[in-house]
Amino acid sequence: MATEAKLETGAAFLTTPVTEAHFLTPEQFTDEQKLIQESAATFIQREVLPKAEEIRHQEPGLMPSLVKKAGEQGLLMIDVPEEYGGADYGLVVSALVAHEMREASFAVAHGAHTTIGTLPIVFYGTDEQKRTYLPRLATGELIGAYALTEPGVGSDAMGIRTRATLSEDVQYYILNGAKQWISNAGFADLFVVFAKIDDTKHTAFIVEGAWDGISTGAEEKKMGIKGSSTRTLYLDNVKVRVGNVLGEIGKGYKIAFNILNIGRLKLGAGASGGARAALDMAAKYSDERKAFGHPLHGFGMIKKKLAYMAADVYAAESLAFRTVGMVEDARVAAGEDRQAQLAAIEEYAIECSIAKVYGSEALARCVDEGVQIFGGYGFMDEYPISWAYRDARINRIFEGTNEVNRLVAAGTLFQRAMANKVDIFSVFPEIDSQVSSGTAPDFATAETPAALRESVNLVERIKRAAIYSVMKGAMKFMTTIRDEQEFLEYTANQLINIFALDSAVARALSAAREGGVDARAHELMAQVALLKHFNETRAAMEGVLTMAFEGDERRQEIARVRAYLGDPEADIVPLQRELAGIIAERGGYPLK
Amino acid sequence: MNIVVCMKETPSTTAEKSFTADMRLERRKEDAIPNPFDEYAIEEGLRQQEKNPGSTVTMLCMGPATATDTIRKALAMGGDRGVLVTDPALAGSDAISTARVLAAALTKIGYDLVIFGNAAADAYGGVVPSAVAEFLGKPLLSYASQLGIAGDKATIQRQAEIGYNVVEAPLPALVSVVKSINEPRYPSMKGIMASKKKPLDTFSLADLGLDAATVGGAAAREKALGAEKVSTQRKGEIYVGNDGAADRVVAFLVEQKVL
Ligand SMILES: Cc1cc2nc3c(=O)[nH]c(=O)nc-3n(C[C@H](O)[C@H](O)[C@H](O)COP(=O)(O)OP(=O)(O)OC[C@H]3O[C@@H](n4cnc5c(N)ncnc54)[C@H](O)[C@@H]3O)c2cc1C
Repeated sequence: MATEAKLETGAAFLTTPVTEAHFLTPEQFTDEQKLIQESAATFIQREVLPKAEEIRHQEPGLMPSLVKKAGEQGLLMIDVPEEYGGADYGLVVSALVAHEMREASFAVAHGAHTTIGTLPIVFYGTDEQKRTYLPRLATGELIGAYALTEPGVGSDAMGIRTRATLSEDVQYYILNGAKQWISNAGFADLFVVFAKIDDTKHTAFIVEGAWDGISTGAEEKKMGIKGSSTRTLYLDNVKVRVGNVLGEIGKGYKIAFNILNIGRLKLGAGASGGARAALDMAAKYSDERKAFGHPLHGFGMIKKKLAYMAADVYAAESLAFRTVGMVEDARVAAGEDRQAQLAAIEEYAIECSIAKVYGSEALARCVDEGVQIFGGYGFMDEYPISWAYRDARINRIFEGTNEVNRLVAAGTLFQRAMANKVDIFSVFPEIDSQVSSGTAPDFATAETPAALRESVNLVERIKRAAIYSVMKGAMKFMTTIRDEQEFLEYTANQLINIFALDSAVARALSAAREGGVDARAHELMAQVALLKHFNETRAAMEGVLTMAFEGDERRQEIARVRAYLGDPEADIVPLQRELAGIIAERGGYPLK
Repeated sequence: MNIVVCMKETPSTTAEKSFTADMRLERRKEDAIPNPFDEYAIEEGLRQQEKNPGSTVTMLCMGPATATDTIRKALAMGGDRGVLVTDPALAGSDAISTARVLAAALTKIGYDLVIFGNAAADAYGGVVPSAVAEFLGKPLLSYASQLGIAGDKATIQRQAEIGYNVVEAPLPALVSVVKSINEPRYPSMKGIMASKKKPLDTFSLADLGLDAATVGGAAAREKALGAEKVSTQRKGEIYVGNDGAADRVVAFLVEQKVL
């Protein structure tokens, strides 16, 4: 929210009590933002989805023509500054557009162009580079791509082997190497290429596709997003003007990592939209299809699936747009300087990684249950849910694998704690005494609606028990933390669920105060999300304690955390039934 | 050519409807959209502008003060400026007082061609275009499924049960359009950006020189007496077996003029 004067610190969700949403929620989108969202959705509906089949078969020229059409509509200019022909609408709008993409291959083409293809130039380009390239990227006259991955290196982006050698006349760098799985490679006009100068200095270059020495391999045959162009990019003595070095020599990895924060966040927003589409398809089908004489959504097990899907969408959407709002506020508050903006965005590296992991995994759960609800038809090519299932899979792999993002989330937490940027040390003594005594105060207030009292209490107890277990683990493993990935994973899983649940419950609290026809749906989705994630969050805490302790001490620590957390009193079954009823009645995700 | 499109703000067709004690539709800002029938009028206005270079398109709306957002939505599709007529005294207007106000506004802003949708999705009265024509003393070309402007003459095809009639009138003229006339565009992001910079004027009754006693609830001669939900249950007929079923389906399709 642009109105919020004080910026939230990164990871503050862990130590701040859950209250009504003091962050951006979909309920707060402005009319203009909603109009743009609708415009993007209509574009996809009218121009892209009718061609889904042709897209999947990579009909020659089709994808670039759709990207250019999106450019005519203005959908490529959102993040480009006005002085370079853009709209400068900011991240809220670009995340909303990502959320509406619906056709996954087109979404990848659009994202590769607008995010990783364009943003490096927006944030790191010189004025001349921006003048040369941004206006044409903003219209789609040029289509962008991003070339970091190589056959030998993916996650380990520092280990790239593509070489850049300064020419004798010092006018050019000569690039040699191969970049693998480059989205849009089949038709891109412009590549942001990462290479090492003198085999040491990791550096980014702006490379035009038409230059001598550039070629691409065959289209990869993929499991999903079949319509997205994915090829190897070969660089064979490509002469790149020194003026096309992007950012500082030796600091290319910074571009790679900083732009990724935004890419991850947009992926999270996009994945929540994809998950919602899967739910909508499944809800509609569960009304049309009858088994044993009843529509599918009359069956308890189908109700559970629909309710879980809605809760997943709700949490994914809530945390993604919460992060979008925080990041955008910080970016705007940082002023005109792009480096200052990136530093401000980096504050939320944990949240950006969580948005990516939770979004892609919520999507995975939704498309999986979506196929299940469709039964055998879900396994058939004619049914879009089967494509949603295939297309979803890539989201857990690119923009940093979910493993890498878990390492980022947990690792950053400890770095921030050591630098006193998140309060887990100072709050620990009080939490320690609370957990040790097994008594938690009542965290609900007089204003907390009855239906959400337990949720508020559970979220707060989970946060404290998580800080307790993570601190116990950290004390044990601090010096060897890099070798204790399982501990980092348990830590990340707690962070991920806490951010999701805190965001969902806070949004539901706001909706309860607002009242209105949707308040009950908000409440139910938050409660179902909470109850369904409760056990796995507790398991992650116990995992840490099991790693860190042995014998009686282990039993005692686990017993303490269990006693402190308590068991939810609410029965999830009636809640999921009621929620499924609303989904059936509204024919899909209950919120607009 | 000075083209004016009259557009109403209506609740979204999917919004839950409720009524006040005196049977007025409760209008919630979050449900407000441009009347879906008027989208065809807006589209036709924009197409006529494209065909007649140098023309301007004004979106004219009578409605609550918040209807500026709805006008902006129309301006995101295109056009040059918006005019909202709003006044507390206008609440409860019936078709005739609405027409009186629109006629006064049209006189104030000037027009060569005025385009309407053929009804509003909330009240379905469908009399406003003819009443405005009456107040202005100008011809109305109603139910147009095609519109052409040549010189100072407007010609339409009026949709009829079988085929169409060709009707013409001298400009300035009013035209109401039916859905088959075009396929409305949707606002592009560029259009939305541009709409923010377009002028949007607001007129009160006083600005139009109208007496509050002659319009709004005060002058309304229509009274809504009741409202009931339409049952949307679909009626299905199932013909089983080979015995004559095909003939009955064919007979049904013939009866419905599908075949
Ligand atoms: C369809 C598609 C499109 C793509 N588009 C682009 C693009 O446009 N531009 C681009 O530059 N790249 C692109 N990529 C590459 C993508 O970003 C990489 O695949 C990704 O970064 C993972 O690298 P990798 O495949 O080499 O896996 P690896 O790095 O080899 O990882 C293999 C497995 O090991 C795990 N792992 C790796 N390191 C660790 C660690 N330290 N700790 C624990 N686990 C670890 C990973 O999580 C993974 O499960 C694309 C890939 C695909 C499939």
